[in-house]
Amino acid sequence: MAGGVKSRIRVRQSASRRGTEESPLVRWTLITIGVAFALLFLLVPLINVFYQALAKGIGYYFSSLADPDSRSAIYLTLLVAGITVPMNLIFGLAAAWAIAKFNFKGKSILITLIDLPFAVSPVVSGLVFVLLFGLQGYFGRWLDDHDIKIIFATPGIVMATIFVTFPFVARELIPVMQATGSEQEQAALTLGASGWQTFWYVTLPSVKWGLLYGVILCNARAMGEFGAVSVVSGHIAGLSNTMPLHVERLYNEYNSTAAFAVASLLALLALFSLGIKTWIEWKTRRDYDLAQRAVAEPEIER
Amino acid sequence: MAVKKFNPLPGFGLTMGYTLFYLSALVLIPIAGLFLKTFQLSWHEFWQLVSSSRAVAAYRLTFGAALIAALINAVFGTLLAWVLTRYEFWGRRFLDALVDFPFALPTAVAGLTLCSLFAKNGWLGRFLVPLGINGAYTPLAVVIALTFVGLPFVVRTLQPVLENLEREIEEAAATLGASRLRTFITILAPTLFPTVVTGFALAFARAVGEYGSIVFVSGNKPYETEIAPYLIVVRLEQYDYHGATAIAAVLLVISFLILISINCLETWASRFER
Repeated sequence: MAGGVKSRIRVRQSASRRGTEESPLVRWTLITIGVAFALLFLLVPLINVFYQALAKGIGYYFSSLADPDSRSAIYLTLLVAGITVPMNLIFGLAAAWAIAKFNFKGKSILITLIDLPFAVSPVVSGLVFVLLFGLQGYFGRWLDDHDIKIIFATPGIVMATIFVTFPFVARELIPVMQATGSEQEQAALTLGASGWQTFWYVTLPSVKWGLLYGVILCNARAMGEFGAVSVVSGHIAGLSNTMPLHVERLYNEYNSTAAFAVASLLALLALFSLGIKTWIEWKTRRDYDLAQRAVAEPEIER
Repeated sequence: MAVKKFNPLPGFGLTMGYTLFYLSALVLIPIAGLFLKTFQLSWHEFWQLVSSSRAVAAYRLTFGAALIAALINAVFGTLLAWVLTRYEFWGRRFLDALVDFPFALPTAVAGLTLCSLFAKNGWLGRFLVPLGINGAYTPLAVVIALTFVGLPFVVRTLQPVLENLEREIEEAAATLGASRLRTFITILAPTLFPTVVTGFALAFARAVGEYGSIVFVSGNKPYETEIAPYLIVVRLEQYDYHGATAIAAVLLVISFLILISINCLETWASRFER
């Protein structure tokens, strides 16, 4: 819809804007190079995943997914994401509320610190937890005495995953909350709403798309994280192997078709996340366009 | 902003307290623990651990390959961003959505599929290997994987800037008789340059830390195709905690420096925008 209108405008412009358009030869050369590069680096690897996964037939595909080790890897990945995403979601909401709605000293430092995990190599992200909770770590002796397992077990995997996905929700929410300002919340409070009611009925609906966007990105990374989890997990099949780790294990066992079968689930997850992301972008852009048109139209009539 | 000195909104203490607690417990204290561990080493020990010939070879590959991959992405990413924002063609929207694919795809899957593509009997390797281009288990494989994971950065940094570019300036240049090439070199290129550099730095930062995809494609041969993050894992598996920590500290300091320069670059880029 919007595309149709846009392209019609484009056509009319191009007739009058010859001076700012490249010649067709240059244009089509650039398009060809760009498309070829994108197809080679993006589409071919994607298709290859599914092709390789189904190389030995659909029966083999499902039997490698139904394998007990694969099933436990899928279960562990869902469990870890199921803990990580809500934790980072609550943190993201708290951080965005504090940063976007209030003024305080050191705000930019705080934002940089929240972004910090993005700059850290995944392996280092895992290592820091081994140094804290591993047998030779700062709390290792104490944990061992009390028979608590963190490293080479689920809690360590969860912590490492939280670390690498830490900024996702917060960094999506902060700009959205800053853009909406706090007049609406103040109005709600003046009308007698409690703090929680204001948050629940006023703030949350206004940031829902940004929130969903952050959650989708956070979830995709949480389910797909390899480096950090690989360092803390200990690779115990059926116990502390997540899906990406299980892919590596199958690959090292020269069972590449089964590795691709598990990988294809992760690729489907990536496609699903991309789909939701594109949908949110389309929806917010459409809402924005509608709002712009609603503002612009009366002027045209005049 | 709308927030003045008096702010009637509740919850600052609660949310700020929770933010600081969560940030400290899960990010700051663990990172501090790593530096504390590093400080247990004497300077001499530290230097020996981080400057062993194996470690130096690993840094060289990590940073060299990251640099080449980021440069490739700067060139092709700029071209792709230009094509996606300026031209209409069949499949443009699909391609635009696909650019984020390396962000969304788990790195292990990326490594797995790239390795099988460039291996001797893979779809691409079957044509490239006879030509002497080995895209698996070589330094080239590392460059290819890092190009893949860094691809979205330049495109996505550049796209909003290209969209907001005022075309009137280009029209003015055309009216004054400048050729399209001259307009591009003297007007567009200087405007876009800071943003391209920012995207390049983001892709480089991502590539330096990358681990998941490289494990699959590089073969991890010491001195040849071993990257620095992999060496940390090797040291850890040998229970050489000090060796692992020292190399990790080097990587961590370098990534902090990159993060700071990206922040500076972004302010520089946004200064050129208006």
